[in-house]
Amino acid sequence: MKKYDTPLLDELEKGPWPSFVKEIKKAAKTSEMANDELGQLEKSYRDKRGYWKHGGIVGVLGYGGGVIGRYSRLPQEFPGVAHFHTFRINQPSGFFYSTKALREICDLWDEYGSGLTNIHGSTGDLVMLGMRTEALEPLFAETSSRGWDLGGSGSAMRTPSCCVGQARCEWANIDTMDICNVMTQEFQDELHRPAFPYKFKIKVAGCATDCVAAIARSDCSIIGTWKGKIAVDQDAVKDYAKKGMDINAEIVGMCPTGCMSYDGKTLTIDDANCNRCMHCIAKMTKALTPTGEKGASILIGSKAPIVVGSLLSWVVVPFIKMEPPYTEFKDLIRKIIDWWDENAKPRERIGEVIELKGMRSFLEAIGVPPQPQQVFEPRKDPFFFWKDEDLNGK
Amino acid sequence: MAWLSEQEAKAKRQTDVGPPHYEQFLPPVIKKNYGQWKYHEVLEPGVMVHVANSGDKVYTVRAASPRLLATESIRAMLDIADKYCDGYIRFTTRNNVEFMTPDEGKVKDIKKASADAGYPVGGIGPRISNMIHTQGWIHCHGAATDASGIVKAVMDDVFPYFVEKELPNKVRLALACCVNMCGAVHCSDIAVVAIHRKVPTIDHDLVKNMCEIPTTIGSCPTRAISPDVAKKSVKINDEKCMYCGNCFTVCPPIDIHNPEQDGVAIVVGGKIGSLRTGPKFSKLAIPYIKNNPPRWPEVVSALRNILDTYAADARKHERVGEWIERIGWESFFKKTGIEFTYQHIDDFTFARETFRTSAAFKW
Repeated sequence: MKKYDTPLLDELEKGPWPSFVKEIKKAAKTSEMANDELGQLEKSYRDKRGYWKHGGIVGVLGYGGGVIGRYSRLPQEFPGVAHFHTFRINQPSGFFYSTKALREICDLWDEYGSGLTNIHGSTGDLVMLGMRTEALEPLFAETSSRGWDLGGSGSAMRTPSCCVGQARCEWANIDTMDICNVMTQEFQDELHRPAFPYKFKIKVAGCATDCVAAIARSDCSIIGTWKGKIAVDQDAVKDYAKKGMDINAEIVGMCPTGCMSYDGKTLTIDDANCNRCMHCIAKMTKALTPTGEKGASILIGSKAPIVVGSLLSWVVVPFIKMEPPYTEFKDLIRKIIDWWDENAKPRERIGEVIELKGMRSFLEAIGVPPQPQQVFEPRKDPFFFWKDEDLNGK
Repeated sequence: MAWLSEQEAKAKRQTDVGPPHYEQFLPPVIKKNYGQWKYHEVLEPGVMVHVANSGDKVYTVRAASPRLLATESIRAMLDIADKYCDGYIRFTTRNNVEFMTPDEGKVKDIKKASADAGYPVGGIGPRISNMIHTQGWIHCHGAATDASGIVKAVMDDVFPYFVEKELPNKVRLALACCVNMCGAVHCSDIAVVAIHRKVPTIDHDLVKNMCEIPTTIGSCPTRAISPDVAKKSVKINDEKCMYCGNCFTVCPPIDIHNPEQDGVAIVVGGKIGSLRTGPKFSKLAIPYIKNNPPRWPEVVSALRNILDTYAADARKHERVGEWIERIGWESFFKKTGIEFTYQHIDDFTFARETFRTSAAFKW
């Protein structure tokens, strides 16, 4: 194997943070692919540009996605990365693994690919980084026969992901791990066979802390919530105060609705005026617990900047029960996706379509009424439409 | 191991099986107490304990990961999980690794084993956990910078905030190697986004063979692209083009890469959660820093300046964006010493909402 001089990359082996260069070099000991990745990357660092060709359609039979084609612009110089495709394996909910399962994947990957991975990709998949086209079918046979399917890519349902939820978090109002798994199974066809106008992403968060950034990067953000009171353990509150927390400054004073008070002995919450922002619960988790009916808020529309600018998801359904088998939610999301599919131009995300067509068109199609929880404020301009049914007084 | 033959693969393959069910991968203490967790405490910067209603406990030790992992490294982590965690492991939504055990006595062994393997322990609570990023020059055709290199350089610099030092609240760092932003860069406390600064060049012969003209025209956020009938291609209105590169994404012969002019911008103040204040977008702090591999020292020091200013000035529990909104953006630029330029004033879709329609401002 060619030995590359990598003086620039070697600089990134120094320092306390784990070094990706060390990782590539580990794989490069036995993999020609990883070795040439190293060589090409050093050249990129010298020339201040990447050397990958744009796309290239590769995949496995019967699927239209899950594999990202990648070819080097310099295959003569770096033959090991002439093909360097990504194989996206759909991760288990919550990124939990047994060592046995991950070892199996490592063994297969060493055999068929570069030995380099991303744990995990941004959407959530387990990314096998770098393989040749001829390895795709055998590797897919090996992984799928062991219960590991590909994730989504292209104009399809993308791999859903979730926070750790009820597996470990006391704040999870819904079973995010189960919902994520069920939805992934529900949309297998849409995930593997791109037939949508563009990508569609679902992410599931157990509460408004949103540790999976659903509100920022999923078309359909499922955020767990509750309807009852926040139960207060006054002894635990006193405990926090004893340990140095300034409850009035840090908790009461930072409550966005000013619905709390603390007289040094008793913490009071005016639940009707609580907007469930999670601040007090997050800081005093031993003392405060949401109670009552649990469910989810469904927010729609977030996306990255291209084309109209970044969008955050906005409330469409303030509350929906999320109990297995999630029939009500499945009906809702299919209506949402159908409306988007019918109304979107190519590469138009649902957030962009709703802005174009208007919330009324969207809400009527999915059977959700207008509610003040969907907006921060009503419109400022007087340019509103009237339909005949509005004029005639339904 | 021998490769499967074509026939063997055909016979063995399954489709539409989906991911493996997570239940088989849950450590026993988690499976037993699923949905029954009562509270958690952060014991150290890299160690927390969750306590269930039953009284059972699970200790989590979080360790740094560069996200890009060789199988050799994964196996090293798995060895630790086999030795101390009953053969279970997980990873976080921000790419760190977590070792879980119901046995408090094993925590210090896990910490040592992880550090010895090269994965230092930290990142929980009001500090820095990791820097989200994507592929950069390692794998992406569209990257205007390298991701892993900047991330490594930044995380080396802010490392004390991973292993020990406390901040007013957590600080989410992220990097996008182009404006496609494959990761929540647009809502991060402090983030780096790579940009181009020059209009792309068009290879017209290739365009007519490779590109769908209406898609290419429709890809432009500022409608700078129109048909060039004579060349059977497209042309770009230089004045309207703001070099986002989306045309390149749908039409590769429109080449936007420019090693000397490409660089990175720094954005600040984004937020995902609804705690205290609602989710926010990141806003422009620094419009351009040149690419300076291998360690991008100018990017590192600019980011560090913002972080240090925030750490010294913000109140407890304030995120970067909340701190800035309280003191005002004019104070942010003053305190950080960052220059305010034409690039900072919006002229895109949501511009009007950002203009200061009030006579109340600080000097």
